[in-house]
Amino acid sequence: MTKRVGARRSTVALKALMAVSGLIMVGYLLLHMYGNLKVFSGQVAFDEYSHHLRTIGEPLLPESGLLWIIRVVLLAAIIAHVYSAVVLTVRDRKATRTGSGPRYKSKQNKRGFQRSYASFTLRWGGVIIFLFIIFHLLNLTTNDIAPGGASASPYERVLNTFGEWYMVLVYTIALLAVGFHLRHGVWAAGMTLGANTSVKARRNLNVLAYALSGIITIGFLIPPYAILFGWVG
Amino acid sequence: MKITVRVWRQANPSDEGKMVGYDLDDVSEHMSFLEMLDVLNERLTLEGEEPIAFDSDCREGICGMCGLVINGLAHGPERTTTCQLHMRSFKDGDVIDIEPWRSSSFPVVKDLVVDRGAFDRIIQAGGYISAPTGSAPEANNLPVPKENADHAFEAATCIGCGACVAACPNGSAMLFTAAKITHLGLLPQGQPERASRVLGMVEQHDHEGFGNCTNIGECTAACPKGIPLDTISRLNRDLLGALAKGKA
Amino acid sequence: MTVNTQARTDEFTDIYDLGEPIADTRAPDVDVRQRWETRRFEAKLVNPANRRKLKVIIVGTGLAGASAAATLGEAGYHVTSFCYQDSPRRAHSIAAQGGINAAKNYRNDGDSIYRLFYDTVKGGDFRSRESNVYRLAQVSVEIIDQCVAQGVPFAREYGGLLDNRSFGGVQVSRTFYARGQTGQQLLIGAYQALERQVAAGTVINHTRHEMLEVIVADDRARGVIVRDMVTGEIETHFADAVVLATGGYGNVFFLSTNAMGCNVTANWRAHRKGAYFGNPCYTQIHPTCIPVSGDYQSKLTLMSESLRNDGRIWVPKKAGDDRPASQIPEDERDYYLERQYPSFGNLVPRDIASRAAKYVCDEGRGVGPGGLGVYLDFADAITRLGRDTVEAKYGNLFDMYAQITGENPYETPMRIYPAVHYTMGGLWVDYDLQSSITGLFVTGEANFSDHGANRLGASALMQGLADGYFVLPYTLANYLADGPYEPIDETHPAAVEAKQQVTDRIEKLLSINGTRTVDSFHRELGTIMWEYCGMARTEGGLLKAIELIRELRTEFWRNVKVTGVNEDLNQTLERAGRVADFIDLGELMCIDALHRRESCGGHFRVESQTEDGEALRHDDDFAYVAAWEFGGDGGKPVLHKEALIYQNVEMKQRSYK
Repeated sequence: MTKRVGARRSTVALKALMAVSGLIMVGYLLLHMYGNLKVFSGQVAFDEYSHHLRTIGEPLLPESGLLWIIRVVLLAAIIAHVYSAVVLTVRDRKATRTGSGPRYKSKQNKRGFQRSYASFTLRWGGVIIFLFIIFHLLNLTTNDIAPGGASASPYERVLNTFGEWYMVLVYTIALLAVGFHLRHGVWAAGMTLGANTSVKARRNLNVLAYALSGIITIGFLIPPYAILFGWVG
Repeated sequence: MKITVRVWRQANPSDEGKMVGYDLDDVSEHMSFLEMLDVLNERLTLEGEEPIAFDSDCREGICGMCGLVINGLAHGPERTTTCQLHMRSFKDGDVIDIEPWRSSSFPVVKDLVVDRGAFDRIIQAGGYISAPTGSAPEANNLPVPKENADHAFEAATCIGCGACVAACPNGSAMLFTAAKITHLGLLPQGQPERASRVLGMVEQHDHEGFGNCTNIGECTAACPKGIPLDTISRLNRDLLGALAKGKA
Repeated sequence: MTVNTQARTDEFTDIYDLGEPIADTRAPDVDVRQRWETRRFEAKLVNPANRRKLKVIIVGTGLAGASAAATLGEAGYHVTSFCYQDSPRRAHSIAAQGGINAAKNYRNDGDSIYRLFYDTVKGGDFRSRESNVYRLAQVSVEIIDQCVAQGVPFAREYGGLLDNRSFGGVQVSRTFYARGQTGQQLLIGAYQALERQVAAGTVINHTRHEMLEVIVADDRARGVIVRDMVTGEIETHFADAVVLATGGYGNVFFLSTNAMGCNVTANWRAHRKGAYFGNPCYTQIHPTCIPVSGDYQSKLTLMSESLRNDGRIWVPKKAGDDRPASQIPEDERDYYLERQYPSFGNLVPRDIASRAAKYVCDEGRGVGPGGLGVYLDFADAITRLGRDTVEAKYGNLFDMYAQITGENPYETPMRIYPAVHYTMGGLWVDYDLQSSITGLFVTGEANFSDHGANRLGASALMQGLADGYFVLPYTLANYLADGPYEPIDETHPAAVEAKQQVTDRIEKLLSINGTRTVDSFHRELGTIMWEYCGMARTEGGLLKAIELIRELRTEFWRNVKVTGVNEDLNQTLERAGRVADFIDLGELMCIDALHRRESCGGHFRVESQTEDGEALRHDDDFAYVAAWEFGGDGGKPVLHKEALIYQNVEMKQRSYK
């Protein structure tokens, strides 16, 4: 037995929080990806776009106003996402922890009937992604990590980074993790928000999950590889 | 055929428990899995050893009393109840691991017997339609579209065996809870209590200590009655709807 | 023992004693149509404020028990209910497949309460009480309304209204169903209603508790002794009235379609305390079960009778023909039902189909392991209708068969054999469902009341719910209106005695430490019962069975091995107590079958058949209920006869030629 809490704080409500925060991040990723692809328009366009992000909404908003709003929303989303993930994971551990050792002693069928790789790796994938985000911010936002040289120009930062093969490798691994995370996460968000109520809805939801995870993974990987192979700049 | 079974033996709830191996020399492929255990128990009794405690009642796949984790799979390798599993699903020389349902909400009583009282309490928290005896209107005054009736029936075939919990990597009982939400929520009779039902049942589900659903679908794959996963989505939708309307 | 074949009415006074005749005094003496209304009007009422002071114990949570507990709890009584399973939802009502009858006449096909009444009395071979059956038909209509309101997902037509089908050889479509899981859906409905009352605090439900004794204090049933099956604790519970809704006793045959745990202990303990046992020999044997595959078999599985609509039943013409079915040419097959009963063919009633299968197997023409099976062949149906149509109609049954036998019924014919399915007999009750112990009520399959010598398809569910939802709440209230009865506690001599009886018996079982397992005794009892008190019974066979059972009892109490201790979950101990009671019941069944020198419904005496081999009743001599009083351990049971008076239905001989 666990403490009785109302439905507002139930696992289902927490999952809804996780789903909504996840979908906010998916939306952000789509915008982010769109921005990244501007790298093909050259340094001026890319840096201008980058600068424009800081001035958008002026004079209604102060400089970098919208950017800060986005940052606050994203930060809130991440906190909500991680918070619900931690609370629910702890709960699940407790629900399945009986006695010592593994839950089932049998060494057969460890993957059950049908558990997919994506669902199997959702939690650890999430941790990897979280660590990657920190790395990514240090790398391209603050430029504290600057392989290939630091620069004030966002365009140059990108080019310098992906000129190095090992950085492309790091980003590839991270984006594959994102892809798997989204494959199951988008589907799960749909489930949690009540979108799967028929065979047709389930199919659509699965298609959407595959499509979003595919588009985002590939969309983000195009610039690094284009840079690595020297098709940009 | 000859097989070896490794069975979870646990004298009582506080006992540590362990896997114990037994060899069986003369197993017929036509035996049901539980009959194989019956035969073993007869032997153990004659040898003066305590027979293995396990639950079963109807032995025709409908009462939901039986349930073993066989080789790591709830109800074993076929999509059926343990009582309907037959030894022809195994082959000579197999080593078969037999364990109880594992969930902290289903404490082991003895050997392979667990306490599933949590399921009854979830039903008590709203898994019904309030229809006092004698107050019912004429049955055909309330037509139900066949499609809804069929879907409701599909969800209503849940036998409450608990395989969903045993199979779920999170030990969640969402499929069980959602099957009832779906059954009653699809019928016109179930509408007046739809919000209070989902709020009460989910609250009780969590209170019992079950894990949460991560939409993996292991439950529906293990379910002997094939309760579909979309029932859980319906539960989610009903709960969020009820919260949005400020019913909590 | 002397074999007396002199006259049909001679009694076996060396085996039992003849007691005073009894009668049901509760049904009002008015036209059958008015009886229930009159009784309800005459019944005393209990003020809602007083209901809180009244306690009712209900043993069993199947259709009859759960529906009664829910209804009485809702009404405001204090209800305590018990079940041996881990949840009330597992009671064996759940396994009923076919459907539930109700005289709704939705099909406009001439059905009516009177016709349902008539069909049930006739189907029971004129061995049931008109009053009870008429009431059953009356309340059948309300049952459907109640269940639909609870959310039972009955099959519906495209217009959204309830669907019906024709079932069990009647000419009207009055059976409501939920695919092949009607029992499950009805039980879940009743279970949910019960759990709702548990949540409301009006019902306390004890799972994994088995009733082992009834407390009869000052000539009233005032409580029960139960064993907590997890801790072994022997508990005493008191109430103002006790209801037994404990189901049937088909497991006396060891192999039956009953659940593993179904037992007669509650009923038998009550019988020993003074409740008469009515018509114990009336058992129903269902023709379409999956045959036994080996001596390890633990139970039998029923397949819906609807299979006989399209399947053809046959065996080889030659005894000992062990060729596979596909290699037996058409002209060497004997479609024996079609041959013997040209007009009904494969659709003859259950008892006739079962007996015919036994006869051909006795001739050595049976098929499958042990020669105990006949073919049910769909080859013609598949040719005529196409495989898809057959699959649409019977797909789930074919799957079930394939699952259990590992054979594909689309390619090789199914094998079927009869199995014990339902027991019409049970504790004797009056119109109020009260047994011969004041304050002890019996409902559902546990009583004897509504099905006579044979039960029609889709009537068991109807009776269970009729008793629990609509009959008992009135008749029990009438009894409780005189309460609350003087409080008693654990120091009352009756309670002390009952508890002592339970603990003595458990200690005895645990102390024998013999060399034979409980199951081996149960199997042996089952073999005796099936052989001599099964589908065809003879005087000589029954006398022999009585002797064998007495020997078995002696052997049991000398040589049974029960491992473990009482203070634990001990499934061997549970079974031992049940088997001991089955042995005693088995003897009484054989005595009942012996004394009834006629054939009726599920009771077929070889000595009493027509020239065509049909069951031959003797209404002049046997139109009565045999209510047996316990005669003490080692004593002779006492037979009380309740004459059956037919004022509305004319008694006729069945014919299915």
